[in-house]
Amino acid sequence: MGYVPNPSRVVREMLEFMGLQGRDDLFADIPTGLKLNRDLNLEAPRSEQELRQELGRLAARNTTVDDRPCFLGAGAYDHYIPAVVEQMLLRSEFYTAYTPYQPEISQGILQAIFEYQTMICNLTAMAVANASMYDGGSALAEACSLACDVTRRSRVLVPDTVNPSYLEVARTYAAGGKMDVVVVPGKDGIADSAAIASLIDDQTAAVVVQNPNFYGNLETGLPAIERAIHSRKGLLVMAVDPISLGLLKPPGSWGADIAVGEGQSLGNPLNFGGPYLGFFAASEKLMRKVPGRLVGQTVDLDGRRAFVLTLQAREQHIRREKASSNICSNEALCALAAAIYLSVVGRDGLKEIAARCHQLACYAKNELQRAGLNLKYPQPFFREFAVAIGDPTAANRALLDQGIIGGYELDGGLLLAFTEKRSRAEIDRLVSVLGGIDNE
Amino acid sequence: MSKLIFEKSVPGARAFALPSCNVPEPGELPDSFLRQEDALLPEVSEVEVVRHYTELSQRSYGVDNGFYPLGSCTMKYNPKIDEWAARLPGFANIHPYQVEETVQGALELMFDLEEMLREITGMDRFTLQPAAGAHGEMTGVMIIKAYHNHRQDLHRTKMIVPDSAHGTNPATAHMAGFEVIEVKSNERGLVDIDDLRSLMSDQVAGLMLTNPNTLGLFEEEIQGIAEVVHAAGGLLYYDGANANAIMGVARPGDMGFDVCHLNLHKTFGTPHGGGGPGSGPIGVKAFLADFLPVPVVVKRDGRFALDYDLPLSIGKVQSFYGNFGVMVKAYAYIKALGASGILEACENAVLNANYIRTRLRGHYDIPYDRLCKHEFVASATKQKKEHGVSALDVAKSLIDYGYHPPTIYFPLIAEEAMMIEPTETETRERLDDFVEAMLAIARDAVEHPEQVKDAPRKAVIRRVDETGAARNPVLKWTP
Ligand SMILES: Cc1ncc(COP(=O)(O)O)c(C=O)c1O
Repeated sequence: MGYVPNPSRVVREMLEFMGLQGRDDLFADIPTGLKLNRDLNLEAPRSEQELRQELGRLAARNTTVDDRPCFLGAGAYDHYIPAVVEQMLLRSEFYTAYTPYQPEISQGILQAIFEYQTMICNLTAMAVANASMYDGGSALAEACSLACDVTRRSRVLVPDTVNPSYLEVARTYAAGGKMDVVVVPGKDGIADSAAIASLIDDQTAAVVVQNPNFYGNLETGLPAIERAIHSRKGLLVMAVDPISLGLLKPPGSWGADIAVGEGQSLGNPLNFGGPYLGFFAASEKLMRKVPGRLVGQTVDLDGRRAFVLTLQAREQHIRREKASSNICSNEALCALAAAIYLSVVGRDGLKEIAARCHQLACYAKNELQRAGLNLKYPQPFFREFAVAIGDPTAANRALLDQGIIGGYELDGGLLLAFTEKRSRAEIDRLVSVLGGIDNE
Repeated sequence: MSKLIFEKSVPGARAFALPSCNVPEPGELPDSFLRQEDALLPEVSEVEVVRHYTELSQRSYGVDNGFYPLGSCTMKYNPKIDEWAARLPGFANIHPYQVEETVQGALELMFDLEEMLREITGMDRFTLQPAAGAHGEMTGVMIIKAYHNHRQDLHRTKMIVPDSAHGTNPATAHMAGFEVIEVKSNERGLVDIDDLRSLMSDQVAGLMLTNPNTLGLFEEEIQGIAEVVHAAGGLLYYDGANANAIMGVARPGDMGFDVCHLNLHKTFGTPHGGGGPGSGPIGVKAFLADFLPVPVVVKRDGRFALDYDLPLSIGKVQSFYGNFGVMVKAYAYIKALGASGILEACENAVLNANYIRTRLRGHYDIPYDRLCKHEFVASATKQKKEHGVSALDVAKSLIDYGYHPPTIYFPLIAEEAMMIEPTETETRERLDDFVEAMLAIARDAVEHPEQVKDAPRKAVIRRVDETGAARNPVLKWTP
């Protein structure tokens, strides 16, 4: 079934009104040789009822995190989403609108983005935040390229404790030729701050630090790295987890110049990897270089507070090839979900969620150790850590057999994440399966 | 005026509670890693959160509110069944790193979607990874770059882009490290093929082209253009933002394009989300398939799998596999329409655009007044010259008539441009009402130009001080 509202009689009348004989006349400007001149080879149109059945069947072939407790993280997390978030996102004034180019007709969306920007600034302790990027990986890539632009340098140092997917995205962007991504091997599951410091020179645009890092560990060398990069006038780029910021020191307080991260945890479903949202925040100095949309506060002709897309001279539709990025559509609805989520959980809720995740992770660690397993890295962590396991694939299979979605497989380890959705009983089951497997 | 959610905060108010928990309290985080001050977030009760966002929604305008002829953006109706589908727990609540055997349904959907997009575009392979059109452009242009590099053809440092191109095209080419060369449009609003010929050389990596172009005009000489580009060793990139105008009738793959992106959030009915998320899959001809981002979805022995083994891949452009939730909606949309529905959608998009164009003729200038595709550009030059009423003024007046304005001042090659794209999902009655509003504004421009310049008066605010916003940026709320 299609969604064209005009009955064929009306279509005929419209064609007649324009003096056209038939629908083919609408395509008289396309050379005959280029026309398809056959039907597309697609299956027969579906009724809504058929669609519902087919899609339901396809969806049912996936094992969901509702059916099985999920200990996978590695960049995407199974946090609880309050019903208010889902319900408000169904307001179709939000989801069927586009970028709020016309402020008079888009004040609601503009205000929501302004509030989102404020929340991200407050979470990260940064001065400005944009309206969203595609995801954590592309936000990091854009941060690196911004650092190269403003410092007029080309090298970016990235410890291998940064999410490997982010690193790969940054590398892809680096093929543009303006930046050179240098990976610095970590030590014991954290960045090697001495090695990084020794590599920093006056061609180093930035050092990237993810905290907590990909392995869930806290980057205890952060202060040393911060001093080293700033003493050579490079930038500190931090990737952070927004839930952790309920508890952990924010990038602004570490001295970061740019803070990015994956915002999925804030009210967005796992969605098999997307849509998510990258958040992007920066220091005041970088305000006019930030990529993407920015909403600013202003007044209307009657002096009333109003919101509008601003500093557009950075953007592709004004600056074309001189723009700070090519981004146009972003992840506005996911950012709205994040804003609604943060409004619901609020100031205390976010702290409590962060503390609960950490509490459950610590419990799991202690129980795993009691069961004879060891941590892969001897580091403090937030809500995710790696347990040493000889054959992580076999371990995951054993877990799945017991109805548990296991962890992310590392070389000789399993990276396990603990959100507030996990219960003591689920963790006990995890531990009993992992404790029971033959681990070398 | 709406208060900000922060201004509604009441210390101690809350809308959230954790479940109870019976594990011991830890205390293992080093003090130096702890936050010293709470992040300033709202403290609001559940009912007030709901009222807040309900109010904000009422101060917004989507396709469900009314006609949204925002040119180049294809603001068609977003079917509700697609929203339902994307929210199915089997699609929404699966982790991207689950083992393949537990996500066969998701992988099958991606595999099938790719197959349908191949048929619709005439391209050989796709990646669904890019998150939007511009992201797809970057992916596509990086593939072009990787292809030339792989052939040791290392001097192709230029990318040609028409002067009518969308801003993302030159911005993308620049990000990918190319020097952007502009090719002129001719007096018919199409690529000037002589100019193109003079720009081509062995330093040109390719040409980025939108067809129909941003004036809504089909590039009739596309075969000649492809020949010129290919003869000089360049590749042809198709910006598929306007694919709604040709789907089911003609295909970029048959026109000579080597790489193309599609905007699922335009052509295939997925909603625009107030600015996103979109999805910008990239299709390539077989000789470029090895350069696609990893992973790609493959089918082996009846099972679906993610294949990372593409030695020439440009890498990843997104952390996971793309905006899967958007893919679900596009998949449902294409399945609903089938071949006949796709053709019907395309025909009616073109019909509606030409209908408005015909009806506005004589009241507004129409710089290229001939058969258009899914959109056309009208101009307020006459109103501007005679009465000082600009495209911006017309746009703002439309708000008072209950419409979302068209895209204005784009493409740059038309003066006082108003780019009107009705899409296929509008009734003749709505098109007529819109035309009547446009005609009334044209009359107002003659009789009460001051009134038009003062519009809107019926919106929740009047025009805003944009200069002040940019001069003294206030980008966040402070207590
Ligand atoms: C012609 C054209 N090309 C490219 C784009 C960029 O697409 P997106 O906003 O999805 O990045 C647009 C979007 O407005 C467009 O109209």
